[in-house]
Formats: sequence, structure tokens, C-alpha cells
Amino acid sequence: MNQNSIGLRRYFTRPWIWSYLAAAGTWLGIMAFTGGQGGGEVLSAALTFGTFFALVAIGQMFVITLGPGNVDLSIPATMTLAGTIAMKTMDGSDAMIPVGLAVALATGLAVGVGNFALILLLRIPPIIATLSSSFIVQSTAIWWNRGLRVRPPETLSDFAVAQIFGVPILAILVILLAIIMHIVLTRTVFGRSVTAVGQNQRAAYLAGIKVEQVRFKTYVMSAIFAATCGYFLAAFSGGAALNMGQEYLLSSIAVVVIGGTSVAGGFGNVPGLWGASLFLFLLVTMLNTFGLGAGPRLILTGAIIILVIVAASSPKSRR
Amino acid sequence: MNRIGFNPRLARALLPALSLAVILGTIFYLQPRTMSYFGLNLLLNLAIPIALATIAQMFIICVNDLDLSIGSYVSFTACIAATLLHDTPLLGLAALIGCVIVYAALGALIHIRNLPAIVVTLGMSFVWMGAAILVLPTPGGEAPTWLSGLMGWDPPYVPFPIIASIVIAVIIHIGLMWSPYGAVLRGVGGNPKAVQRAGWSLLRAKITMYALAGVFGALAGLALVGLTTSADANIALRYTLLSIAGVILGGGEFVGGRVSPIGAVIGAMTLTLAGSFLSFLRLNPDWQIGAQGAILIIVLALRVLINRSEARR
Repeated sequence: MNQNSIGLRRYFTRPWIWSYLAAAGTWLGIMAFTGGQGGGEVLSAALTFGTFFALVAIGQMFVITLGPGNVDLSIPATMTLAGTIAMKTMDGSDAMIPVGLAVALATGLAVGVGNFALILLLRIPPIIATLSSSFIVQSTAIWWNRGLRVRPPETLSDFAVAQIFGVPILAILVILLAIIMHIVLTRTVFGRSVTAVGQNQRAAYLAGIKVEQVRFKTYVMSAIFAATCGYFLAAFSGGAALNMGQEYLLSSIAVVVIGGTSVAGGFGNVPGLWGASLFLFLLVTMLNTFGLGAGPRLILTGAIIILVIVAASSPKSRR
Repeated sequence: MNRIGFNPRLARALLPALSLAVILGTIFYLQPRTMSYFGLNLLLNLAIPIALATIAQMFIICVNDLDLSIGSYVSFTACIAATLLHDTPLLGLAALIGCVIVYAALGALIHIRNLPAIVVTLGMSFVWMGAAILVLPTPGGEAPTWLSGLMGWDPPYVPFPIIASIVIAVIIHIGLMWSPYGAVLRGVGGNPKAVQRAGWSLLRAKITMYALAGVFGALAGLALVGLTTSADANIALRYTLLSIAGVILGGGEFVGGRVSPIGAVIGAMTLTLAGSFLSFLRLNPDWQIGAQGAILIIVLALRVLINRSEARR
């Protein structure tokens, strides 16, 4: 029993450290290749792009922690829809920036509520519910967008790329958010409930946790984070594009897994999300500086995801 | 709901076929000219690769796993078909066999190390995508003539997509639902412990299912290239989500080895038709993807209603 708890302890403390070690190692790899040039710029770029990964991954992590079958597949569509609607609402006007943000958040809220309604009413696995809703959300975005690319208001796009001492402001905000969400996950009733539901839904229910309420909050939260990410990503990249969320479907899950969260649910962690986000970006940068093309880059990314999950597993324990 | 003669089990089994019939009937009503050899051919052409990919996904879902890489895998095999298989047929064939072996090895890895299939296939989706870009960096290539010949074949009386769908559905149904080993394979999803105690190797079953998924994913890639005559590394990325939707639409369940090959093929056809349905209603084609989602939701809602009426008895 005692030995077991020590084993568990190591399992808790280690997973997320690895993602930072991997990120640091990759950064050193880039530095070794460039002879130490541009180290600061690379880090700053990693923080910029890592911000978007980390933001959606926080929501995805809470969802995945709810247990098997819980994955939010509607994140890319939600990002696209929120970005599209917000950009069109603001129509490049600075005065409309808060309205645009409110619209984006409302979009996220609507998608999250819709997702949960499907899960509850149809009694289908959340992965299918978010899959079906993502079709509709993506279509709404296509219809709303009509192939136009509305430029974001200037102040907003300036804000999205603004930096203090080389650190992007957005990154600082998302780091703060991550700290808050870490406290939420580990210290609040809601966060503990998410973990409890993920470990054993029936036991959690019998212990008096309102399982459906916890699931509702988690799915709404994930959608709202995705919407926020879509809003700022559209501002950052000069407008919303219909495929802007595409790479986040697999990446959001990858970040959660590399960050050391258990895919079987019940064991989440926030710090690893930032480590994994930085690592994913630095990996791409490193392979780029080595002069490798998109093909080998993707193959290595996939191989690393599989290696991480193999290394984190043991052949004996059953899921 | 408690009418005499209302049989929930039968209703649930017939639901996929009924939804396909409703969509097809509406299309016929709106545009009677589609009710012809040529019209059906055009409507259902793209259903063949989707049906094959759905069958591949079904094998994985049958053992309680989920394959997030099937879309990029189909893209990769399509790229091989349009390049290697066209230029050096033997090398192309070897590459496709290699793909199936990789799938079988994944099944073994997932079983032996007890890994979550979602994550392993997630990683593999990046690998296949990268491999596809390596094989075919820019859209292009050319389908082998025999392949485009086969896909463009016009058999007498019945259009090729319908023959192909029936052949696929019946073969898999016999193999998985009627054959003794098929029952064992489904049992792995239903009650692995019981299957193991009965003396069957779980490892072998998983390897078989993953290899079968690899075979049918590759067939989907071949069929797709035969239709489009050229390939692109992103050609089938949507198949990942479509194939999951198709299995569920066809009456499959996520856990417990409850799948239906005939249902899966019908589900794939329904999703394909749902895409073109809107243009017949003269509605905005922007909603094409949304219609597929809506049909999925409607069918799942109907299934809930049927299940409730069953529970009430």
C-alpha cells in the first residue's frame, strides 16, 4: 500500500515536468544549431503561438479529465465560428472591440450549452455529441463568413501582437489564466468534482456530487475558452479564416496528453499544458531550422506523441 | 408508443435503412431525374470510399477503441495509389501491404502496453499526414488505369456504387456476424475476459481487427483515387469524423462490440446523400456539413425515443 502511494506520487509529480524538459531540450537543440543566435526571439515566438494552444488545451484538459469518452471535438469549429462572427460584428471598428469579445463569448456559451444539451438529451457519448454539433457549428461559420475576410480592428490586432520586454501580453494573460485554472482544478469543489467524476462517476454520484452540473460547467468552459482563442487568433492573424481551427482538433488533444494528463480521465494537470504547448511549437521550429520539410516534421510529431504515451504506460496496469 | 406490433428491436435495426430511404425518397421527389441509372451513379459515387473507411472504423470501434487517424491514413494510401502504384505497381503494392502491417503492429502495441487507442491513433494521424506529404508534396499524381476503369465501370441495369455497397456490406456481414471467429472478434468488445477464459488470444483478435481496418482503409484510398483520378495529402481528412458518424448512424455503439456492417455502409451512404440533399432543396450549399450533423442528431434522437419505449415495457 505504502509503496503504491509512493509510486502514485511519482506519477503525479513527474508527467508535467517532462514536457518542460522536452521544451528546454528542443530549445537547446535550436540554439546548438544556430550557434546561440536568436534564442530570445525563438522563445518569444514560442510563447506567442503556445498561448493559443494552451488556451484551448485548458478547456480540453478539463473535458478529458471527466473520464473515458469525454473529448471535445467541437473546439476547431467553435474557434472558427467565434472568430468569424466577432470579426464581422466589429467590422474593423475600434469602438466595437468589447462588443466583439462579448459576441465571441456568447458564441462559446451557446455552443457549450448546445453540446451539453445533446449529451444529456440524447444520452450519447460526449465525443459523438461534440462531433455532430461541430458539423453544424462549422456550417454556420461557412454561412456567416461567405468567403469574406474581415480585418480585425487595428487596436485589437496591435494588442494581440503586443509585447512587454519580449513577452507577449496575451501569453502573460494566459499564464495567469493557467495559474487560476490550476487552483480551480486542485483547490475548488468544482475542480475536485471534475477529478472525482473522472475517477469513478458512480462513486462521485453516490458521494453527492452533482455529476450533470459538473459536466455542464466543464463543456461550457471548454467552448468558451475555444471561442476566446478563436477571437484572439483571428485578431492575431489579420482576420478569421474558415480553416483557422483545423489544426487545433488534434493539437489540443496532443497538448493535453504530452502535458501529462491521463487520457483515461481522473488525473488532470494544468502546468503541463504550457510545457507541452511550448514543446510542440519549439519542435516545429527546431525541425524547420534543421531544414526539414512539413512531411518529416509531422512524422516526428506523431512519433513523439506515441513515444510519450508508451513511456507513460506500464504493460501491467489495466485502464 | 405502446401500440400493438411496435417492436423496438426491429425499429432500431430498421432505423438506419429508414433514414436512408427517407432522404433518397425526398431527393427522388424533388428531382425525379435522379431516379435513373446515371442519377444514382452520380449521387452515390463518393459513398464507396466513405463506406470503406466507415467499415475500417467499425472494426476498431468493435473492440472498444477509436481510430482518429483513418482520414489521414486514407489520404496516405490515396497518395500511394496515385504515385507509386501508378509508376511502379509492385513497389506500390508493397507499400500498401506495409501500411496494413503497421496497422496490425499498432493493434499489438495498443494491446500489449494497454495504451489508449485514441492517443496512439492521434499520433499516427500526424505520421500518416507527414508520410502523405513526403509521397506527394503537391496535389497531383495519376490513378492507375485499371483503378479508374474499375471505379468508372458501368455494369448493366444496376449502377456500380449500389453493387459495390451491397457487396461490401454482405461480405463483412457474413465474415463478422455469421462466422464463428467473427463472433469471437465481436466478443472482444463485449466481454474480453470471457473471450480470454474461453481460450482465445485477445492479442490475436486485436491484431486481426486492426489489420482489417488497415486493409479497408487502404481500399478506401484506392477507391477514392479511382474516382478523383488524382490525389492530395489532405484529400480525405474529413473521413475521420465522417467514418465515426457513419458507424454510429448505422446503429453501432461505442462500447460492447455492438456494431452492424450493413448499418455502417447505410450510414455512410446516408451521410453522403445528406451532403447533396440541400442542393435539391435549393438551399444554401454552405449548410452541407451542417446537414450531416443534423441528420446524425435526428437519427440519434429517434434511437433514444425507441430505447425509451422499450424501457417502458
